[in-house]
Amino acid sequence: MISMAEKVTSIEPVFTRSEVEDFLYYEAALLDEWRLDDWLSLFTEDAVYIVPTTDLPDGDPSKDLVFINDDVVQLRGRVDRLKSRHAHREHPRSRTRRFISNVRITDCTAGVAVVEASFLVYRYRSGSTDPFVGQYSYQIIRADDQIRIKHRRATLDLETLRNHGAVSIII
Amino acid sequence: MELSNLIDDRPGDGVFRVHRSAMTSQEIFDLERRLVFDRSWLYVGHETELAEPGDYRRRTVNGRPLIFIRGSDGKVRVLNNSCRHRGAQVCRLDQGQAKSFQCFYHAWTYDNKGDLVALPDEEGYASGFDKRQYGLKSPPRVEEYRGLYFVSFDEDIADIGTYLGPVREVIDLTMDSAEALGGWYVIRGTAKYSIKANWKLLVENSYDGYHLLPVHKTFLDYVSWRRGLTGDKVADSGAPLVSRSFAVPHGHGGMLHQAPGRAIANPSPLWTQEVNDEVVRIRAENIKRFGELRGRQMSEVSRHVMIFPNLAFQDSQTGFRLRQFFPVTHELMDVTQWDLVPRNERADLRASRMENSLAFLGPGGLATPDDVEALESCQEGFAAGDEWSDISRGMQREPKMTDELQMRSFWRQWHALMQKKKEIVLTDDRRRDGSLFLDLGAADGENENVIPQSALS
Repeated sequence: MISMAEKVTSIEPVFTRSEVEDFLYYEAALLDEWRLDDWLSLFTEDAVYIVPTTDLPDGDPSKDLVFINDDVVQLRGRVDRLKSRHAHREHPRSRTRRFISNVRITDCTAGVAVVEASFLVYRYRSGSTDPFVGQYSYQIIRADDQIRIKHRRATLDLETLRNHGAVSIII
Repeated sequence: MELSNLIDDRPGDGVFRVHRSAMTSQEIFDLERRLVFDRSWLYVGHETELAEPGDYRRRTVNGRPLIFIRGSDGKVRVLNNSCRHRGAQVCRLDQGQAKSFQCFYHAWTYDNKGDLVALPDEEGYASGFDKRQYGLKSPPRVEEYRGLYFVSFDEDIADIGTYLGPVREVIDLTMDSAEALGGWYVIRGTAKYSIKANWKLLVENSYDGYHLLPVHKTFLDYVSWRRGLTGDKVADSGAPLVSRSFAVPHGHGGMLHQAPGRAIANPSPLWTQEVNDEVVRIRAENIKRFGELRGRQMSEVSRHVMIFPNLAFQDSQTGFRLRQFFPVTHELMDVTQWDLVPRNERADLRASRMENSLAFLGPGGLATPDDVEALESCQEGFAAGDEWSDISRGMQREPKMTDELQMRSFWRQWHALMQKKKEIVLTDDRRRDGSLFLDLGAADGENENVIPQSALS
């Protein structure tokens, strides 16, 4: 049984919530402004970006079907595609606005912090409004005095992608 | 518009047009739910989704809430998810395992075979009341082929084997191909999305070889880029890849093409040497088990098939999946996608398989979102008022996979059912006999293939 006091001291004070919040807001701004190359530079070389299916929020990409399971190379490909005028679902680009809240640092071990946050991403395009609602789970590290993303998982609360049709933006 | 004029089908003149009211009319939509869906076989689930007695999945088939379930006796059943008393849904979770279902409204309780086993204060009913008459109902017909369960709401429909006809040959190739690896099973995780378009546009899109280059340029560019990064591990033979489309009775059809990068079993330039060695081993094993002809077909040929009316059966370089879609309205459909994998596939090959699957397919892939966009764009474009869609491509030549024979097959069956005709005059544009195997020996340049081999890795 670990007492609360021990639990708290076991979390290394490497990150503060306010700096993590600033980082998440910065990331959201990059995505809303479609500065995708800058966004990609926030990731470590071994990073992953995962979006599970709506019916299996705890989906494990090594054995389950997920919507997205990108390593950095695949993420580069995803970004390059989104920058192309041939990415028909996003050409012309949708307008997005991201709201991030309920930010918590839930663990910090060996320099890797686990961050949980709620998100609401509105996507507007072709007369449609598509809200993506869910929870982020990040693993972040500090490298060269910058926060970098090792693991980014966006778990949707939606029951299906009825009306959304696709996850064509980065959520 | 008279129903009989919805399709203008004149093979001799090379004309095949579909009147766009088939996609835009509420009246036609109401008719097709009854005349097309209720008079066809509709997929409900795969046997491996129900591994243990009591396992169940909720399914909605043509708007009907159903329970796909394996009873404690081991038998697979499809039950109406509606209490015989007042109609509430007795199964309230999308999936699980249950010995019984108790209706939450008045607590009538059914076992996992559908029998009514208990109800509160049974003495309140008249002496003639017999519980045995109050089990959960089933659709009129429930049949299975190679683990695929179908229901039909038409008592008199032909059995599933007859209905599938020559398509069985194609299904068999895929099902047999994983025998050495313990057979296929449906993995957890289901892609559920919608498209704001008439459902028949996804029928066409599911086996449309003609759209691949313009719609999926970004995907093809991505594959070329990946290939450049990894270096070519498998030499490109340079030989043209064989392909064709086909049409068979009952409205089924598809496209077949030789393709590298099939986990079962044709190597990919993008895969590691170890993975490709395993793929070559599986291919050899399948040739040993099933002979050169079938072993090569199952290994080298990708199969994109539409099982009429709404089940896409796709065994391709992006994996093996089933995709079913139902109209919600005449301009909105719900799509469900299940991926299947071999039970005893090596982890590195599994990872390569799933990477291929996710890169292309599904709502988060690099290709499917653009299909969604294309279909929604068509539906919006219909409002301009032009009357006809052209589906005549390849009508007067040997059907290539970039032709539209397979779509005409669908439309002819659809049109026959809408007019309550028992027989359709023409399935293919011309009389054609023989097997649905590709002639893999015929890669001699005669067979046009507009898809570069590098794009299919």
